[in-house]
Amino acid sequence: MAARKPAKKSNTSKEELLAFYREMLLIRRFEEKAGQLYGMGLIGGFCHLYIGQEAVVVGLEATTKEGDQRITSYRDHGHMLACGMDPKGVMAELTGRIDGYSKGKGGSMHMFSAEKNFFGGHGIVGAQVPLGAGLGFANWYRGNDNVSFAYFGDGSANQGQVYETFNMASLWGLPVVFVIENNQYAMGTAMKRSTSSPDIYTRGQAFGIPGEAVDGMDVLAVKEAGEKAVAHCRAGKGPYILEMKTYRYRGHSMSDPAKYRTREEVQKVREEKDPIDHVRDLLVQGKHATEDDLKAIDKEIKATVNESAQFAQASPEPDLSELWTDIYA
Amino acid sequence: MAINILMPALSPTMEEGTLAKWLVKEGDTVSSGDIMAEIETDKATMEFEATDEGVVGKILVAEGTEGVKVNAPIAVLLEDGEDATAPAPAVAPAQEIEAPTAVASTTAPASVATPDNRPTMEEIPAGTTFKTQTVREALRDAMSEEMRTTDEVYLMGEEVAEYQGAYKISQGMLDEFGPKRVIDTPITEHGFTGIAVGSAFAGLKPIVEFMTFNFAMQAIDHIINSAAKTLYMSGGQMGCSIVFRGANGAAARVGAQHSQDYAAWYAQIPGLKVVQPYSAADAKGLLKSAIRDPNPVLVLENEILYGRSFEVPEIDDFTVPIGRARIWRQGTDVTIVSFGIGMQYALEAADELAKEGIEAEVIDLRSIRPIDYETILTSVRKTNRCVTVEEGFPVCSIGNHLSAKIMTEAFDYLDAPVINCTGKDVPMPYAANLEKLALVTTKEVIDAVKSVTYR
Ligand SMILES: Cc1ncc(C[n+]2csc(CCOP(=O)(O)OP(=O)(O)O)c2C)c(N)n1
Ligand SMILES: [Mg+2]
Repeated sequence: MAARKPAKKSNTSKEELLAFYREMLLIRRFEEKAGQLYGMGLIGGFCHLYIGQEAVVVGLEATTKEGDQRITSYRDHGHMLACGMDPKGVMAELTGRIDGYSKGKGGSMHMFSAEKNFFGGHGIVGAQVPLGAGLGFANWYRGNDNVSFAYFGDGSANQGQVYETFNMASLWGLPVVFVIENNQYAMGTAMKRSTSSPDIYTRGQAFGIPGEAVDGMDVLAVKEAGEKAVAHCRAGKGPYILEMKTYRYRGHSMSDPAKYRTREEVQKVREEKDPIDHVRDLLVQGKHATEDDLKAIDKEIKATVNESAQFAQASPEPDLSELWTDIYA
Repeated sequence: MAINILMPALSPTMEEGTLAKWLVKEGDTVSSGDIMAEIETDKATMEFEATDEGVVGKILVAEGTEGVKVNAPIAVLLEDGEDATAPAPAVAPAQEIEAPTAVASTTAPASVATPDNRPTMEEIPAGTTFKTQTVREALRDAMSEEMRTTDEVYLMGEEVAEYQGAYKISQGMLDEFGPKRVIDTPITEHGFTGIAVGSAFAGLKPIVEFMTFNFAMQAIDHIINSAAKTLYMSGGQMGCSIVFRGANGAAARVGAQHSQDYAAWYAQIPGLKVVQPYSAADAKGLLKSAIRDPNPVLVLENEILYGRSFEVPEIDDFTVPIGRARIWRQGTDVTIVSFGIGMQYALEAADELAKEGIEAEVIDLRSIRPIDYETILTSVRKTNRCVTVEEGFPVCSIGNHLSAKIMTEAFDYLDAPVINCTGKDVPMPYAANLEKLALVTTKEVIDAVKSVTYR
């Protein structure tokens, strides 16, 4: 990962830093709690945690406006919290209860919110990329200046449909920000074992799509790059690629023993690049917040997360009749 | 307040595990994310991280303890300022589990399913000894044995080499055969399936592992348009000897996009062969036959069955012919036809029905294409009644096809309409209660049998 650029003072404010801190911490604590509930058997199946990657969605959401859409893979809890979905509804979906965003029928990998323009939650690697371009197509078709964000991983970046999409998105000038969350691993496969060139963002060149690499552990760098990409799309200049260099701290899913990397490697990123610690340092060093202020925020977020967990356990399972609903409109 | 740290569930199927190693000791300070212990699950050894901050007050389960139930307290964590000598409120010392205690010996032995009789196992000579093996091990042995026989066979797929298989089917194979023959691919099903099919045109014998068959949807064009049809389109000049294998059907709680049985999909395609084994012996014997077969063969496995143990004959070069059903249980009152994990419900139902005096004949199709119609028709002509059992969707199911065949060929022998027990006509829901309802159940099979026998 590239060394972190010092944050440009002019580009942020105390309020913004505090908001970033809160939002990233909410994702982290939420994910830790989800891991705990999985351990207790309250969440089943596959559950992919976003811990370590928080700066990516939080920085990009800061560049969105009303009507913009987002779509991602199964590693989706962070995206939902960052776009303002209710932690209670997300957690209740994880426990498979009626008050979950999909009435308990979707689960961790398949959650949606029409209200927040969050189009899922997709379990098939790469599928969300053309779907995301389709959201951009709808904006282009209607002639509005909204932008869609299609998030996908370094592993997904090898799927053929990604390049079919790049071609059409560029050909038709669709307003899509392709966000590659390069956390360096696809399940147990390190990127260099699956990907022939180290810089995925350059793959748009063949289609005439501009792209850049971004320190995805630095929320301010993410936001800055996001603003540029979004401005490009809103101005009708077609798609843009952002390759976020990031890292996942946990295993691929809950049942991944993660033997393909060393404990030291993970520890080193945690100590040197943690996105939350980074903002915390900026807040304290810039005298925007005291340790006590931050402790108070921590406490508040813990309470929110605990409340979501209680809600998710208290909410009833869906009525058996729900098996037969929502199959046809 | 002190917090009890509980034994975590670390995989969708884990109920208990071994506390392999503590990486912290009493008195250590831990913060969220620190690795506390190594725990062995049914699939792997996993690291277990702290989710709270505090001081390890007491370790309740010593390392090396086997059979620790999920959610049993394993340690006590003290928060800021608490005294390590303060008693933990929730767990009295009497509840402590010492290593290795009786808990270990209560670990249930691997369940072993054995057919009551083996009338169609004529391929197995009398006096053959059997060993107990999981389906997982049997599949690995089948591939390894065939790869030892000929260099033309290679294995390709996601995570098959260094990770030892996403479901650990190819465990140890990279070590034995090297990276040229056990090949990790990027996540590009359409691309690597095309490459494998092309190499089969050129005479190699690839085994393509799909992590699950849900992802083979990305590659279905090459399976059907390229692999299945080339022999015909080339007037017999150029074939495609290839195996497509992997987990098929519902696992547990993985939702609509990851839970689907493709038996009926592939069964429709001329040029393909399709097998769906239930037991470990059939998994091994059919996979070996599939690798040798000059045609494209789909081997539809099942994640839930991977860990199940069965008796596997200890015969050099044991194979099971593609296209022959197996009668697992003889009976006179009704014929139950199933395959894959459906056999579990069929056999359970037959046991229950026997208690009520209904003797079911249970047939495991094993091969979905070609189908052993003769075995089914012979049985139905004897019992005059038939129930089919499968996990897939009801419309255009394998059961529908069998019903039509039985109606055409044995109409006069039927005393009741054939009933098809299937999964429900809905995408797989995630919620635990709905998922149960969506799957076919033993009770539904029993009810169907009672209905066709007018009881
Ligand atoms: C088409 C398809 N193939 C395989 C899988 C199994 N699978 C799930 S996630 C994953 C790894 C994806 O890695 P990446 O795109 O880097 O995303 P990350 O998990 O790192 O966020 C694989 C192989 C799948 N879900 N879909
Ligand atoms: Mg990745």
